Amino acid sequence: MTGILSLITFAPMIGVAAILALRAMSAGQDTAVVANRAKIVALVTSLVTLALSIFLVSKFDAKDAGFQFVETVTWFSGATYRMGVDGISILFVLLTAFLLPICILASWESVTDRVLEYLAAFLLLETLVIGVFCALDLVLFYLFFEGGLVPMFLIIGIWGGKNRVYAAYKFFLYTLLGSVLMLAAILAMASIAKTTSIPDLMVFKFDPQVQMLLWLAFFASFAVKMPMWPVHTWLPDAHVEAPTAGSVILAGILLKMGGYGFLRFLLPMFPQASVYFTPLVFALSVIAIIYTSLVAFRQVDIKKLIAYSSVAHMGFVTMGIFSGNAQGVQGAIFQMLSHGVIAGALFLCVGVVYDRMHTREIAFYGGLANRMPWYAAIFLLFTMGNVGLPGTSGFVGEILTMTGAYQVSTWTALAATTGVILSAVYALGLYRRVMFGELVNPKLAAIQDLTVREVVIFAPLIASTLILGVRPGLIFNLTAASVDHLVGAYKAAVGG
Amino acid sequence: MTFQDALLLARPEVFLAASTLVLLVWGAFRGDKAMGEVSIGASLALFVAAGFAAVSPEGTAFAGGFIADGASIFGKVAIYLISPVAIYLGDRWLVRVGNGRFEFPILILLAALGMGMMVSAGDLISLYIGVELQSLALYVLAAFRRDDPKASEAGLKYFVLGALSSGLLLYGASLIYGFAGSTHFDLIAKSIEGGATGTGVLFGLVFLICGLAFKVSAAPFHMWTPDVYEGAPTPVVGFFAAAPKLAAMLLLARVLSEGFGTALEQWRQIIVVTAFLSVAVGAFGGLAQSNIKRLLAYSSIANIGYALIGLSAGSAEGMEAVLVFMVLYMIDVTGFFACLGALSRNGKPMEQLSDFAGLARVRPGMALALTALSFSVMGLPPFSGFWAKMFVFKAAIASGQWPLAVVLLLGSVVAAFYYLRLIKTMWFDAAPGQTDKEPLDAKGVAIASALFCFPVVLPALALLEPLAKTAALAFGLK
Repeated sequence: MTGILSLITFAPMIGVAAILALRAMSAGQDTAVVANRAKIVALVTSLVTLALSIFLVSKFDAKDAGFQFVETVTWFSGATYRMGVDGISILFVLLTAFLLPICILASWESVTDRVLEYLAAFLLLETLVIGVFCALDLVLFYLFFEGGLVPMFLIIGIWGGKNRVYAAYKFFLYTLLGSVLMLAAILAMASIAKTTSIPDLMVFKFDPQVQMLLWLAFFASFAVKMPMWPVHTWLPDAHVEAPTAGSVILAGILLKMGGYGFLRFLLPMFPQASVYFTPLVFALSVIAIIYTSLVAFRQVDIKKLIAYSSVAHMGFVTMGIFSGNAQGVQGAIFQMLSHGVIAGALFLCVGVVYDRMHTREIAFYGGLANRMPWYAAIFLLFTMGNVGLPGTSGFVGEILTMTGAYQVSTWTALAATTGVILSAVYALGLYRRVMFGELVNPKLAAIQDLTVREVVIFAPLIASTLILGVRPGLIFNLTAASVDHLVGAYKAAVGG
Repeated sequence: MTFQDALLLARPEVFLAASTLVLLVWGAFRGDKAMGEVSIGASLALFVAAGFAAVSPEGTAFAGGFIADGASIFGKVAIYLISPVAIYLGDRWLVRVGNGRFEFPILILLAALGMGMMVSAGDLISLYIGVELQSLALYVLAAFRRDDPKASEAGLKYFVLGALSSGLLLYGASLIYGFAGSTHFDLIAKSIEGGATGTGVLFGLVFLICGLAFKVSAAPFHMWTPDVYEGAPTPVVGFFAAAPKLAAMLLLARVLSEGFGTALEQWRQIIVVTAFLSVAVGAFGGLAQSNIKRLLAYSSIANIGYALIGLSAGSAEGMEAVLVFMVLYMIDVTGFFACLGALSRNGKPMEQLSDFAGLARVRPGMALALTALSFSVMGLPPFSGFWAKMFVFKAAIASGQWPLAVVLLLGSVVAAFYYLRLIKTMWFDAAPGQTDKEPLDAKGVAIASALFCFPVVLPALALLEPLAKTAALAFGLK
């Protein structure tokens, strides 16, 4: 079984190579025909990657808390090619592989300019993101983590909306600023511990004084990626300007790299510093939950509203992670997965009407339920998931993170619960303004309901939202051993 | 050591000097139509010299004035291998602009010979000879298009400021000799260790560092760089942005570690300040540039700042990092200038940033190469520039210089903006029109170096890193 992680990681690159070959071979042919072929190549590649990841999960031993499918190749002194997954990271690999075919399908008709480059960028991004979750070497991790900026910068900048250049710059520079601090910390860790292997570093005991600095450096990077208040401002811009599939990737996967980083680095490697800074993280999380919910309520752009709601939901994740107990961490992981599906689906919902009307202004719409009953039903489901209705996956993550936080800090949990109410306020408000009422705008009179392609896109998302809502155990079975190990080591290190 | 042994150690340089003279006579008899032949001859001579250097024995010759050790061999092989690329690109370019004269390859040969001397210098006299031989050839190269007022201006500026820096260097050398009583690096080190020298020798060291900082265009001695980069012929800039910087960095490393290794705490302060200023000037100065060659000048100032951080570590790891950094940077910058030499619109070279608008639509291959090179110089993984920076920062952090490292890493974010602007112009903006078909030579070099910076660099690092590690041991630091 060794080699399967590399295969999954680099399988999309085979698709990129095929697309490049296609481009070279079909010079001078009708671009629409070539574009169609490229789409099929990309879709098949991403489906193969998905199949491989499902196979990986089926072979995964959920009782083993350590890293599995480990591959190690010495590279040069200072970095090793080391890959492996545990119960936490394997789910993110699966999530990435799950969302990518959906992204490609969602762009099937809406992207017409430079289609080949677009698909290549997405597949490249898939490789880099899966790499982030599989890397077990600090340098390799940083390579994948930072490398992801390149395709995302191009996706926002080339295929984005009106203000795309500003958004692309902002996305790139914010993230880079956080990341260079992490790079400094990585190099410092390498020189202190004399290794860059993540499993070794997880058991290495750093001096508590040093931990503080390293913690802050890593935190800077992951907090920007997450994003946490007050460094979240790049996200609404990036979301609004990115093409639909770009938003799905951004909300669904890229944000999760921040939370994954907290779990993989901050808690196990710097436990004392994590405890020390927990009040800070709680404060920032609560501000994110309440403040960005209020901001979301005042938005006039549908995508921006959902973007702010993402920041609020990520507040629950950071709160759960830094609770440092099994409920909090499990809930955070679950919330990340569930948010990946639900926020992705919501951005796709926006994409549906944007493709038809080319505007995302809330005031433009109203009464869509009259003309688009199927669309209204699907949008309702995901809105409810976003609010955290029991029975949808959104509920499980929120309740668990709050339970976890309650054990550590009652006030934090109490403040966070207001976020649940506020999320109902903005999400249902959005739904009312877009879907209900009379259809007054004459431009909407001829709007069509979902096409078959769109239903196909939504079907897996609906299924996973409901299944995870009813049977969260599917996830917990996989994560339990790794999370218990993580929490156990954390508690032992801080003496709690 | 017999004279024969000494010649054997200096075999690459002796061979290069002899070939230069032969080719010079050949060119003088045949005239400018011999440019092609002389270019080929010069490239072959360089390859042979690189081969000689690679198999050269180690030792010192000519009463300690000439050193052949791991570091000098590493440097020579790199310099002699990159110089033929400059000859190839420059030869084709000059023929295209109707300025093909046989002196061009000869001058590159002389410059390469000077650089070979620089990396082998064992005392202050051979140091000066190497530096001057290299510089004089470069001054002429900068002004090689003598009918172009901008090139003449560049050449003159380079010459005047270069002469000033040579003056500083000589003054420093004379002070050091006066106080330490020797021009040999190892004897200087001994007399400093003995404590007999006082601050006088440190005065000399400051002047010496200033002189060399001019040569590598480190701030605050960088003023000539943007003007010279802008005015000089593009392939020539590509040459002197690459190999001479490697040679000068190696020389600086040798002087500091072998001559002044015992005064580490003193010179480190100077290097730290220079590194900081270079990155600041390079990062902020580049923001306002609209001419791409000037932009690259600022980029090179910033990059020299990063190399100096590696030096400031004052450790074997730091020296190794400098070697890796300079080699990777050299390949990047060669590719960059090859791109600039390749691209033109209606016969006019594209030099303004706005000329690159929409290049990704018109010339996707070149745009992709330039994008990869930009991301690389920016220091983004997985491109080669990232590995270069990683090594120097790692060495700096390991030696306790982490506040400086963090500040300079933040500086690299500022600099990232202007590379991003180039990428944005190429990919996001609309194209004003077609560009001319690129000449195969420059395009080939551009794409080859882009491929090197990703993905070839990933396996190549596994080879380069151990080589640099052994080479760095020659400096005798821990």
